[in-house]
Amino acid sequence: MSEQQTVPAGPASTNPPAAAEERPGVVRRILSGSAGRNLGLVIALVLLVIVGTITAGDRFASYDNFLTILRLASIIGVISIGLTFVITAGGIDLSVGSVMGLATVVASLAAVQAAATQSSWLLMVLIPIGVGVAAGLINGIVIAYGNVVAFMATLAMLVAARGLAELISGRRTQIVIETGFLQFTRSSIIGVPLLIWIFLVVAIVAWFLLNRTTFGRRTVAIGGNREASRLAGIRVKRHLVYVYVLSGLTAGIAGIMMLGRTTAGTSTHGTLYELDAIAAVVVGGTLLIGGRGTIVGTVLGVLIFSTLTNVFTQNNLDTSVQAITKGLIIVIAVLLQQRFATRGSSGN
Amino acid sequence: MIDDDHSAPLLRVHGITKSFAGVQALKGVDLEVRAAEVHCVLGQNGAGKSTLIKVLSGVHQPDGGVIEWQGEQISIAHPVAALGLGIATMYQELDVVDGLTIAENIFLGHERSAGGMLKVAEANRATRELLLRLGHGNLSPSTEVGRLSAANKQIVSMARALSHDTKLIIMDEPSAVLDSEEVRNLFRVIRELTSQGVAVVYISHRLEEIRQIGDRITVIKDGRSMAVGLSARETPTPDLITLMTGRAVANVFPARVPVPADAPVLIDVSDLTLRGQFTNVSLSVRAGEIVGLAGLVGSGRSEILETIYGARKASGGQVSVGGTRLKPGSVRSAVHAGIGLAPEERKSQGLILDEPVYRNVTLSTFARFARGGFLDERRERQVSLEQMQALELRPAVPERTTRTLSGGNQQKVLLARWLVHGTKVLLLDEPTRGVDVGARAEIYALIRQLAAAGTAIILVSSEIEEVIGLADRVLVIGDGEVLSTTYAHDIDERGVLDLVMKGAAA
Ligand SMILES: Nc1ncnc2c1ncn2[C@@H]1O[C@H](COP(=O)(O)OP(=O)(O)OP(=O)(O)O)[C@@H](O)[C@H]1O
Ligand SMILES: [Mg+2]
Repeated sequence: MSEQQTVPAGPASTNPPAAAEERPGVVRRILSGSAGRNLGLVIALVLLVIVGTITAGDRFASYDNFLTILRLASIIGVISIGLTFVITAGGIDLSVGSVMGLATVVASLAAVQAAATQSSWLLMVLIPIGVGVAAGLINGIVIAYGNVVAFMATLAMLVAARGLAELISGRRTQIVIETGFLQFTRSSIIGVPLLIWIFLVVAIVAWFLLNRTTFGRRTVAIGGNREASRLAGIRVKRHLVYVYVLSGLTAGIAGIMMLGRTTAGTSTHGTLYELDAIAAVVVGGTLLIGGRGTIVGTVLGVLIFSTLTNVFTQNNLDTSVQAITKGLIIVIAVLLQQRFATRGSSGN
Repeated sequence: MIDDDHSAPLLRVHGITKSFAGVQALKGVDLEVRAAEVHCVLGQNGAGKSTLIKVLSGVHQPDGGVIEWQGEQISIAHPVAALGLGIATMYQELDVVDGLTIAENIFLGHERSAGGMLKVAEANRATRELLLRLGHGNLSPSTEVGRLSAANKQIVSMARALSHDTKLIIMDEPSAVLDSEEVRNLFRVIRELTSQGVAVVYISHRLEEIRQIGDRITVIKDGRSMAVGLSARETPTPDLITLMTGRAVANVFPARVPVPADAPVLIDVSDLTLRGQFTNVSLSVRAGEIVGLAGLVGSGRSEILETIYGARKASGGQVSVGGTRLKPGSVRSAVHAGIGLAPEERKSQGLILDEPVYRNVTLSTFARFARGGFLDERRERQVSLEQMQALELRPAVPERTTRTLSGGNQQKVLLARWLVHGTKVLLLDEPTRGVDVGARAEIYALIRQLAAAGTAIILVSSEIEEVIGLADRVLVIGDGEVLSTTYAHDIDERGVLDLVMKGAAA
């Protein structure tokens, strides 16, 4: 995404001038505000829970099952949160799933596990993070300084990281035997599994980062109008690198979580996660063209999809039907977003 | 404090050159700015004024030449460096981020924060002070900038320049989107700044402003400085115009052509209402007539045009063209009936900046250049070129990327579009914003020619002189209502201003 103002909205003769200082009705204003958008998502989630309770009864509506849903949501959730920053900045990161896969493979190599047993299991936490950050750094530099379109650069990273993971694992699944690491990732705090805690902490930190820090403010500004941001004295290129590093970092964290949950590292981990993550981010209300992002929305988006999956599994329904429903939800969410998005007429 | 040592000016620039792929924008520019002065830079569209200030603000790197700041030779590598030196810039293009609030825009890049955490309340407070200083206490710091009018966006941009601790503020055509009241505010702030020792570089195409606020003038023509440090008050206007254009141009309005008594009414607007914006606006324009709408920024003039054009859906009243009623809120129906609109904010509303000029010219007519669905781009280019030459658009190269044209020339691209279109009713919103004196006279003549050929024209301009000079009839708009309708030769600038002010006070 380069210059924001130039996104044409069709021939100018049918291009309505910006609705300057429009005064929408109160209801509309609430609905179009971030609270309204999130309210819509909450309603959707509640509806799903009701449907689940009616169709699957106690199998669905139990504490244990809710934990299952959250555990299901946690890994894709952490990835989606990182991706939210990238998309808000007007970029895209298709490599998140495969970078996560690569992180699990590197961390579960026999040599690494042996080293971890000798020194500390923390090594198996640090390595996936290192892999993620390195991949993000490469993405960021290629995109920001090499002026490669983000879609292509991260598509290349997707393919390359997957290939590298296959190469070093010999396409075999590597079982995690390091007990310290397993104990850590499978632990619970006050009855809630660690994975869910990680999701929660990442979400809170990200919310602060996006809404309360200069970093977040600049991310939104760059996505909204890159040229204006540059003129305002923001180091746009450097900032974009940070944003992709952040996305790589969350992919790395997701790698740790995946290793813990499946107790295995394999190059197929995270296949198609990028699509699920993009869907969750966009359904959550972050603009795909950048300039507006919401962490709460992303979290709700992830929860909606994982609850949906759970409802379908509890009812032993076909996964194809599930896929169709997912598609419908995405379209409806985007339609609603457009309906309530008051800005967007002036090329935003 | 004011620097008494005149031997070392604040900024001295010598022999700056800069070329872009194929275009030499600056061929050797000198400039000298002293502390506490208002230094005006004059020049035609495309002369290189904006390029020069972008060199000074670190956006462009010069190919050659010397920049001295407070007596020391320096290079300005990027916008951050310029701000660090104490040079803040209001760019000609509205450089704000629509998705952020006013306060967020003002402190973008130098956010009020502690350890990376934003101090929102403090930023809002500082913003309120800045806005108050600019006479805009009515704007709330937490309003999203995308909802503001062009004039208010300019205010935000101005507030941002003031939010830096500066020694030099560069203003590239700040008054282009402002009405007379706002310009007065701007001048008050400029005087305040200079009394504190801050220097201002001021760019404008309105010579009367330069007389009012300027101390010294540098004239640039075709990328070269023609005169450095002229007196802003004493240099005669004809001399300035000759320096700028290389020829003598009389900045006059074309003679009115009397509208024949039997000329048909082309557009009839009755009781048009847009809730919250304007009420019961009625007007009709006959073929060959120019009707001007005068009023303050925010009085609803642009909204009236946009509603007639169908870009906003009227909540009451109707528009008919040649006797047929238009469907409210339908641009298609308006364009079909022969209405064209040249909007006020050309960058976001009118032009696709990354496309070549000719595609922008033919944007509303390209279907005409198609044979069996295939576009005949050769003919498109040729027709565009004709209009570009008629408007003296420089450079007259249809393939040029629109973004690389100077501001005034971009405005001409928009006009060219509607000329090609051959509209019956032309709505012009600030048609000469950012257009230089020479080209202005040409555009006035063109508008008059169009009218003489039978077009009905509705003109909105913040320059009262322009409305009175060009229009046959003048409607004064205040607070969303028509305050008066008069023949232009029955009223003068003073009279309109009185009406406008009364309307604002009422
Ligand atoms: N990025 C660019 N690429 C190519 N050419 C450019 C670029 N920027 C400016 N130019 C060219 O440089 C010349 C000077 O342009 P500039 O914008 O400095 O004029 P200006 O004096 O500010 O005019 P105006 O009064 O219309 O704003 C013009 O011919 C313009 O087309
Ligand atoms: Mg300019």
